[in-house]
Amino acid sequence: MSLFQIFNVAGSAISAQSQRLNVVASNLANVDTVAGPDGGAYKARQVVFQTELMGAQGADLGLAGAAGVRVSTISEDQSAGRRVHDPQHPAADAEGYVTYSNVNAVEEMVNMISASRSYQNNVEVMNTAKTLLQKTLQMGQA
Amino acid sequence: MINRLTDTLNFQAQALVLRSERQRLIASNIANADTPGYVARDMDFASALREATGAAATAGQMHATAAGHLQPIAGARAEANLRYATPSQTNLDRNTVDMDRERASFADNSVKYEATLRFINSGVRTMLDAIKGTGQ
Repeated sequence: MSLFQIFNVAGSAISAQSQRLNVVASNLANVDTVAGPDGGAYKARQVVFQTELMGAQGADLGLAGAAGVRVSTISEDQSAGRRVHDPQHPAADAEGYVTYSNVNAVEEMVNMISASRSYQNNVEVMNTAKTLLQKTLQMGQA
Repeated sequence: MINRLTDTLNFQAQALVLRSERQRLIASNIANADTPGYVARDMDFASALREATGAAATAGQMHATAAGHLQPIAGARAEANLRYATPSQTNLDRNTVDMDRERASFADNSVKYEATLRFINSGVRTMLDAIKGTGQ
């Protein structure tokens, strides 16, 4: 039954989007971080989505596969961080510059809104599929 | 005789299966709205239904001469014959999901799914009425 697979598809998308939200949250939290555990400034992270085929098997041979989503990698932005001249700062280098994280707060906010919208869309897809399935279960009774 | 009663039900049952398959396709498109390189796909519903009800020959169907022969799903509902969406606006990540269009198709398809369900329900009720008779 194809409607049941919608839960897998939308569920994978919801989990991928919530991972994206998670990454956005840690980026935003570290927007002013000077030094991380490795001593360097925090690097902004981005999730990379990938289509995941949720295979149709057996009787469904040749049926168009349902395409879910998964997070393939989390890539780190390697661009140089923001440098601020502040010789009094304990993390200042020999020239008196402090390197902050390379997180772009505006970009992250946009990313957050986009992730939240996509999340809501998939929740709605799930709800619709649930309603349709419930109505299918009541077939012939009404 | 009973054939004639169930013929409409058969047609609606085929339509219901195809509607749920199309629903799943659109759900996949919505799920992959942010996946780079994903190409939105959709089913040619009219020809899929014509093939399912036998009104048209199923394109690419294999010729089976024995009961044990595999019969992969062919025709408009098969993976290979799905249509690709033409992007209305090109995207830098080559994703062609148009969210407005997909949501409209999703709503349209769920309403039509419910309509098919209602046709089946009323068909069943008609049949039950015919069996019970009206003299109650």
